[in-house]
Amino acid sequence: MEKEIKANIPKGNLQDKWSNYKAQAKLVSPNNRKKLEIIVVGTGLAGSSAAASLAEMGYKVKAFCFQDSPRRAHSVAAQGGVNAMKNYQNDGDSVYRMFHDTLKGGDFRSREANTYRLAECSASLIDQAVAQGVPFGREYSGYLKNRSFGGVQVSRTFYARGQTGQQLLLGAYQALMRQKEIGKIKLYARHEMLDLVLIDGKAKGIIARNLDTGKMERHAAHAVVLATGGFGKIYYLSTLAMGCNASAIWRAHKKGAFMANPSWTQIHPTSLPQSGPYQSKLTLMSESLRNDGRIWVPKAQNDQRPPHEIPENERDYYLERKYPSFGNLAPRDIASRAAKEQIDAGKGVGALKNAVYLDFKDAIHEYGKETIAERYGNLFSMYEKITGINAYQEPMKISPSAHFSMGGLWVDYDLMTNIPGLFAIGEANFSDHGANRLGANSLLQACVDGYYIAPYTLQNYLADQIQVPQSAINHPAFEIAENQAKKQLKEFVSCQGNKTSEEFHRELGKVLYDNCGLSRSAEGLQEAIQKIQQLRQEFKKNLLVPGDVEDINSELEKAGRVADYMELAELMCIDALQRNESCGAHFREEFQTDEGEALRNDKDFAFTAAWEWSGDSSSPILNKENLKFEFVQPTQRSYK
Amino acid sequence: MALTGLFLSFFLIIHLIGNLQLLLPEEQAHLQYNLYSDFLSTNFLVQLIAYVLYATILLHTIDAIYLTIKAKKASGAGYVKDKRNRASKWYARQMMLLGSIVFAFLVIHFKDFWYPYKFGELPMDANGNKDLFSLVITSFQELWYVILYAVAILSLGFHLLHGFFSAFRSVGVHHPKYNQLIKSIGVVFAISLTFGYLIIPFFIYFNF
Amino acid sequence: MKIHLKVWRQKNRHTKGKMHDYTLTEVDEEMSFLEMLDMLNLQLAKKGERPVEFDHDCREGICGQCGVMINGIAHGPLKNTTTCQLHMRSFKDGDTIYVEPFQAKAFPVIRDLKVNRTSLDEIIAAGGYVSVNTGQAPEANTILVSHEEAENAFDAAACIGCGACVATCKNASAALFTGAKIAQLARLPQGKKESNKRTINMVNRMEDLDFGHCTNTEACQVECPQDISVLTIAEMNYEYNKAKLKD
Repeated sequence: MEKEIKANIPKGNLQDKWSNYKAQAKLVSPNNRKKLEIIVVGTGLAGSSAAASLAEMGYKVKAFCFQDSPRRAHSVAAQGGVNAMKNYQNDGDSVYRMFHDTLKGGDFRSREANTYRLAECSASLIDQAVAQGVPFGREYSGYLKNRSFGGVQVSRTFYARGQTGQQLLLGAYQALMRQKEIGKIKLYARHEMLDLVLIDGKAKGIIARNLDTGKMERHAAHAVVLATGGFGKIYYLSTLAMGCNASAIWRAHKKGAFMANPSWTQIHPTSLPQSGPYQSKLTLMSESLRNDGRIWVPKAQNDQRPPHEIPENERDYYLERKYPSFGNLAPRDIASRAAKEQIDAGKGVGALKNAVYLDFKDAIHEYGKETIAERYGNLFSMYEKITGINAYQEPMKISPSAHFSMGGLWVDYDLMTNIPGLFAIGEANFSDHGANRLGANSLLQACVDGYYIAPYTLQNYLADQIQVPQSAINHPAFEIAENQAKKQLKEFVSCQGNKTSEEFHRELGKVLYDNCGLSRSAEGLQEAIQKIQQLRQEFKKNLLVPGDVEDINSELEKAGRVADYMELAELMCIDALQRNESCGAHFREEFQTDEGEALRNDKDFAFTAAWEWSGDSSSPILNKENLKFEFVQPTQRSYK
Repeated sequence: MALTGLFLSFFLIIHLIGNLQLLLPEEQAHLQYNLYSDFLSTNFLVQLIAYVLYATILLHTIDAIYLTIKAKKASGAGYVKDKRNRASKWYARQMMLLGSIVFAFLVIHFKDFWYPYKFGELPMDANGNKDLFSLVITSFQELWYVILYAVAILSLGFHLLHGFFSAFRSVGVHHPKYNQLIKSIGVVFAISLTFGYLIIPFFIYFNF
Repeated sequence: MKIHLKVWRQKNRHTKGKMHDYTLTEVDEEMSFLEMLDMLNLQLAKKGERPVEFDHDCREGICGQCGVMINGIAHGPLKNTTTCQLHMRSFKDGDTIYVEPFQAKAFPVIRDLKVNRTSLDEIIAAGGYVSVNTGQAPEANTILVSHEEAENAFDAAACIGCGACVATCKNASAALFTGAKIAQLARLPQGKKESNKRTINMVNRMEDLDFGHCTNTEACQVECPQDISVLTIAEMNYEYNKAKLKD
């Protein structure tokens, strides 16, 4: 049965909503906070910042990550920067403009109130990070520097060379370690959440597996925060880390949490192209490169000449041609699709004809090699390490690759899922980016959720939980969840087939790239659904996992993640199939303008699809949260 | 380690200046060197500094042993294939070995010169000072003794080549410019000291 | 190309490990080193053998989770390159490659090539931060940081915490790791305030954690994927000595 979904958006003007909320939110007094325990799963920017902030307030926090240290979470890999509305450049920026850019960038498929709050809280994040010692780029005078990023016409991106994510994460990680040192946070590294435990319909704990020993553990709490990031790794080849997964949110979904817009995956335009069948991941080259690099392909198909032999008039700078006002800085979905168009038209470059050029010749000519090296030196050397090519001398070859999940667990304005006590923050939720995320908004959202929103909204929830005693871990709900998780692991090991989960994952990724990637069609999606179902059947019968359950076993870890992907992939296709429109990253071939741009259908599809688990992954229940645009009129997105 | 090392480096300069008197014309060298030795062994202040020096040598040695044991313990199981040496200079890794050679030499050096001078019977020179000069000259008539001395001095040289700048680092000099300067001074210091100390035995061996 | 591998296999920290020989025949030179290990693991799994456990995550050189000794060198033959960024074009057909875990008492082996580097987190926990709570921060541009200060701080802050410095140091010292964090924060006005306390706590923690002592061989910087300067160690010494004098 379809349910009515309430996002609990506070009343009032856009700019008053968050302050009204904070003014009226319930509080927990300082001496009560230490009686309340919170589990935070994931230690990326969202998880670390939330764990640290909550611990600073006085709550007892347990933080979990599957990596060997919280500092390694994949936020670390974000390169280009973090957006914030400071208007230091005096170029006409404002909270409203930032909100509008984000809403428009997301093709009017996000919640106005959430998006506004993201812009509103952005400035504080820069203050916090600077205070923590994050070495942002500076002018010679000592003031903070900005650069511009795709999809906007102001410079509001703060950056620490090409390692902004790393530096922000280290700030949050250090804050977390500071709380660990004084005993406010208990850290469980190399632990993976296997299930969510519900008692009386509320999130009360998790089942985790110690990845070093294989032992199961039960952890109880008054609230559970999932900050487990995105699941772009479902495409197998992606810019994500090898360990990134959907398991925590997927298992929460199977316990009743809604999954929102799962098919909206950002395909990043500037990653390195695949070079062979053995490839395990695609490396991202920061979007900031598009500030100075010019993207082009040869005008002729199958042009075999090396780039420097192709004269200017035989090059097609297609982004500059098609989108003159944004040019090479067109938003990601548009830049990626434009690249795919060129590659599909046979103009791709490189050995596999799967890339386009990103050329710095003009920038080097204009600013000098030194300046370009200072701006992007680490990216150029990374490029050389991976490809063996010196990008100062010849253009980079880049190609689109799966990157960010705009979809995720459905959350209300409080960032709480429909399961009371279960919160989802950062990329793990769906809330702020609509159908396409703007560059440098990801770090922002993770930080804002963790530092500034979750601490307030969790408190609002926890205020009613003081009287509720913490659940004992011998409660039957823990027992059942643990046994189920164990049973699944045993099934993986005892299957004894002859295909590893990695091989299944590659096949699944291919199906998704082909049918649920940059462009989708009803026919392709239906075909994909069938293939996924077959693959899932085969996975059940023919999986090969060597080793034991109660032991360190990375093959077993992968098997669990791929098992979840097998189900989630189908939901992605179902989601893409039901949405008979194109919006942002979701491009349905049937719905495009004459010029080949995304054609939205606001009348029928101005809603968030919040899918409910029905017990069978092939027949999920669609719930709709209607998006009301009270303050902005959605328009046809144009970057021309 | 650094402070004791730097103090010992300072001593090496003084000791070398004293010993270079051996290179003066024989007449002058003979009397002046013995007078100088007598001054060193009778002056109260010098005596006091000498005890500080002995203590420093011991401290430097004990500290070295302690750190070596600690490093051994910290290093774990080691590697089957170990090419880590590509990343550093051999003498930087072999400070303990070089130091041990220098220490062993010191023992011999003390036994051969310091002990007989302090506690043994030595003939007097024309001015009535103990004739250390003749003892030194006689000792360096033996080729094997000259070679032993040379090996020890070369070890000391390499020890200084690393030890000098390393000591400044440990004290905390971290400005890139001054570090470069100190590294250069260290090289000059190590080479000139090695050269200075090496000249003496060969000079004596070939001239007497 | 054909590659002969000698890989360290060890069940856990209490058992003895030893090298095992494997041969891969279809290695592509465009493969990354870890993709080559993936290939080995796929073969082992298909034969019903236990795959080699090794650490890795982002595979783009920034998370610091990967790291093994390759032919006796931390992260392999290339300078300033993590294991995941090393590609097989750095080797020749028929080469024999030794693969061993980082060895140090402070990094006990978990399994095969996986080691426990929690000790590095412990050093950070002892003081590697500016003690600012969420919400306390003043407006960002009230803390002016000159371009040079910011760039110098960044140079030290770039550390990825992989532990190659420890693995490559003959004394198994964590001085470069600790020095980098102390230097980063000491180079910024925000971090100067508590530099004394931070330095003493972090250095003491490092001493307590089975790491050896720095003797300035400078090998750590050579093998550091981020080329963190050994001068950060001198800066740590400076901050430490200064703090001790004031203590």
